[in-house]
Amino acid sequence: MYATIGLETHAELLTESKLFCSCSAKFGGGENEHCCIGCSGFPGAQPSLNKKALELIIRAGFALNCEISRLTKWERKNYFYPDLPSAYQVSQMERPVCVGGELQIEAGGESRTIRLNRIHLEEDAGKLTHGGGKSFADYNRAGVPLIEIVTEPDFHSAEEVIAYVEKLRQILQYADICDGKMEQGSLRCDVNISLASVADTAAGKLGTRTEIKNLNSVKAIGRAVQAEIERQTDIIESGGRVIQQTLRFNDANGEIIPMRTKEDAHDYRYFPDPDIPPVILTDEELERFRAALPELPEARYRRYADEFGLPPKDAAIILNDKNVSDFFDNAVKHYNNYKTLAGFIIVELLRRVNLGEVDMAALPFTAGEFAELQRFVDEGKINRDIRKDILRDMIESTKTVKEICDEKNLWIKEDSGAVEAVIDSVIAANPKAVEQYRSGEMKVFGFLMGQANKELKGSAAPAAVKNMLEKKLKGHG
Amino acid sequence: MNFTKFSLKQLRKSLDDKQISTRELALLYLERIKNNSDNAYISVTEEEALNNADFAQKIIDSGESSALTGIPCSIKDNICVAGIKTTCGSKMLEEFVPFYDAELIRTLKSQGYVLTGKTNMDEFAMGNSNRTSAFGNVSNPHDSKRVSGGSSGGSAAAVAAELCAYSIGTDTGGSIRQPAAHCGITGLKSTYGRISRQGVTAFAGSFDTVGALAKSAEDCAVVMESLCNNESFGDKLGCDIKGVKIALIKELFTEAVEVNVKSAVMDTVELLRSRGAEIIEVSIPVLQYAAPAYFALASAEGVSALSRFDGVRYGLKGNGAVYDEQLRDSRTRGFGEEVKRRIMLGNFVLSGDNMDNYFRKALAVKQQIIREYDEIFTKADAVVSPTSMRTAFSLDEPSDFVKIYSSTLYTVPANLAGLPSVSTPCGKDKATNLPIGVSITGKRFDESTILQIADFLEKATGFCERGRE
Repeated sequence: MYATIGLETHAELLTESKLFCSCSAKFGGGENEHCCIGCSGFPGAQPSLNKKALELIIRAGFALNCEISRLTKWERKNYFYPDLPSAYQVSQMERPVCVGGELQIEAGGESRTIRLNRIHLEEDAGKLTHGGGKSFADYNRAGVPLIEIVTEPDFHSAEEVIAYVEKLRQILQYADICDGKMEQGSLRCDVNISLASVADTAAGKLGTRTEIKNLNSVKAIGRAVQAEIERQTDIIESGGRVIQQTLRFNDANGEIIPMRTKEDAHDYRYFPDPDIPPVILTDEELERFRAALPELPEARYRRYADEFGLPPKDAAIILNDKNVSDFFDNAVKHYNNYKTLAGFIIVELLRRVNLGEVDMAALPFTAGEFAELQRFVDEGKINRDIRKDILRDMIESTKTVKEICDEKNLWIKEDSGAVEAVIDSVIAANPKAVEQYRSGEMKVFGFLMGQANKELKGSAAPAAVKNMLEKKLKGHG
Repeated sequence: MNFTKFSLKQLRKSLDDKQISTRELALLYLERIKNNSDNAYISVTEEEALNNADFAQKIIDSGESSALTGIPCSIKDNICVAGIKTTCGSKMLEEFVPFYDAELIRTLKSQGYVLTGKTNMDEFAMGNSNRTSAFGNVSNPHDSKRVSGGSSGGSAAAVAAELCAYSIGTDTGGSIRQPAAHCGITGLKSTYGRISRQGVTAFAGSFDTVGALAKSAEDCAVVMESLCNNESFGDKLGCDIKGVKIALIKELFTEAVEVNVKSAVMDTVELLRSRGAEIIEVSIPVLQYAAPAYFALASAEGVSALSRFDGVRYGLKGNGAVYDEQLRDSRTRGFGEEVKRRIMLGNFVLSGDNMDNYFRKALAVKQQIIREYDEIFTKADAVVSPTSMRTAFSLDEPSDFVKIYSSTLYTVPANLAGLPSVSTPCGKDKATNLPIGVSITGKRFDESTILQIADFLEKATGFCERGRE
């Protein structure tokens, strides 16, 4: 059996305010703190469309090669649920903002094109919590602008689905459309799956499809798709029939749980929202929106690889997180040794980020300071070996690189007399080791070198120390 | 002096000249409300009125009064006033006290309005006799055994019985004009979108409009100017109507119109012609579908607008162990029969294939009617028609829904096309002495012309009476 899969991805937009009122669209806040008569469904409330939300969905359309509708309008999707205060969701049916589109993905060593059906702009619902035999409604999220990106049924494996979601998420983040925080629900997926024989699939005869709702991590999406393919395979192989239904995936135990069947599906009674006039988009507006489209991950990759000459692997690591990539781009504005900066980020900064010592989204130092440190290293003003210690000081204090180096006397000393004095004292203090070296036990050189460095605290160029030490040892003073 | 018979401009002068204080004027109206039994009000806001009056007096004393400062009014009970119960004529909202003002209320408050109370209405503005109110019928001030009309029945009766100087109502399918005609006053439905609906409980967002009910076209103009930031509505009052082009639409003068009504309206037309207006006769065959199209569209939107009433955040709290049970109980007990009928109708036209068979066809009718009216207005300045096919009927008359729905033909075209329309008294039924109304409908945003014509008729015929005799 061959799986055919389609995806609906909901992404909350990075707007300041909600889709149809001026309440904050920020995640969190006290219960029902970001609410007004509009988003909590009081009598007489009137909507007013958020222009920024319209710009962001059009931006998504540009990023995903969609056609942008010149006339777009909104319908009401009617159903009763306590998280939906007005008992209708304003959504788009007939004239979504974006039509068609596509996204290239790499999966299983192959490049594939996933076709999009549409992207539309709608409002999110509130959040319900249950406890102590009671239910509580929080409408902070109600009315937050949401785009729904609907694909054609172009996937055939969990791997492809994952590749798509990861790439889509990256694009949405880079275009400042959505923060992509799946754990906060700002990006979530519904997956439609059906199974049929390869021949039937090729002939366009697909099996009965089921839909798994509200998957909110890449891992859960992969596991849910796999579990559902297995569940349907088992049903078909044991002679049963898959029934059309809506399902839920239990992340804790990997189980697929039925929510409702086709029979109790809602009749949403879509009709044009009488309170929201259709929007007509002009060429000028679209051009303005296009001009404001931020650089997308693929363009950045080309810039890093072709223009900056970064190794492909390094470019990919930096691009993996938009915060890192933005930080890198800021750093290279101050200092243009792309390769050493990229290396410093990958080797030192990301290590600390991964250790949880520092948050990429809230670094205590600027990209300029970070670049400055690498510049001092590259210019031979600071010993490369103490770069990581200075970085730690920058994380722990608010001091500049220069202040740290001044205070701790970390600058490489140009004065060879000072180095010579230190080496002389090391030789004088370790007569036994000196004797061993001179009698051919060359390995003690490292020990003496270490003693000298310890004394110098990295304030001398390592080569200079090495040369001077060798000269002193070989030349018998 | 009988202040309650005064026009708004006369009241303005009296207040500014200190012939009467705002408090005295408010008390005069409050006293009349107390002694009246037409049930025009759902809530009488005596304390609010006196507070408003004191505030208004300060504005007047500082010489900064505007047209409506200190003049007692009433507001239809589907318009939110902060801290004042706003029921929409429904048990569902019997206890609902909004914490916010409608945009238009903010405008009125800033000018020192005086609120005597919230007027009775058909439940959620669904009805044309005010008999669907959860708070009882409104009697027609001209005959207490007859209906006031609706849905702004309370507002029309309150103005006619001189319980307030003017009232603000809403008109979705004729809800200002029809009760104005039945109660013998002037009612103006504004151009769709002209007055903010923020804070006005929705019935059908495509058609809902706000307007004025008052003693005359001139008073309506004064109220509208105050609501619309002094945009001009009364600029053509008193201008010669010579050369004004009036269209009569054949389909609005059918056999269904009662003889007395038709002859009163035709007398009006003759009067206009005799004073130099040009009369053009036109036909819009698609108007035969106007009322069914209106009911399909308005009910569909109504279903959706009423869905927020679930008793969770406000409104009648439902009993039951789970949400679904509470929801069902709240809505079963909260809504009256007519509202439930419209919900059924609206859900029907939106469900499954009916969307194409009814809703979309109704939309096509609406579009056609818009085009036809636009065409007429290339040749004419206004359309004259009866407001209602008959005068106020008995409160006891059984409800024949098909008849009631189809009787809206005379008012719904202005809503379908988004046009301003004013109804003004043009005669009296010879047998019953009940008022008859004529409607003048104009181009979008051209309230000035229809008010000019209505004002001319009021002065020429003398049928614009001041309240109950």
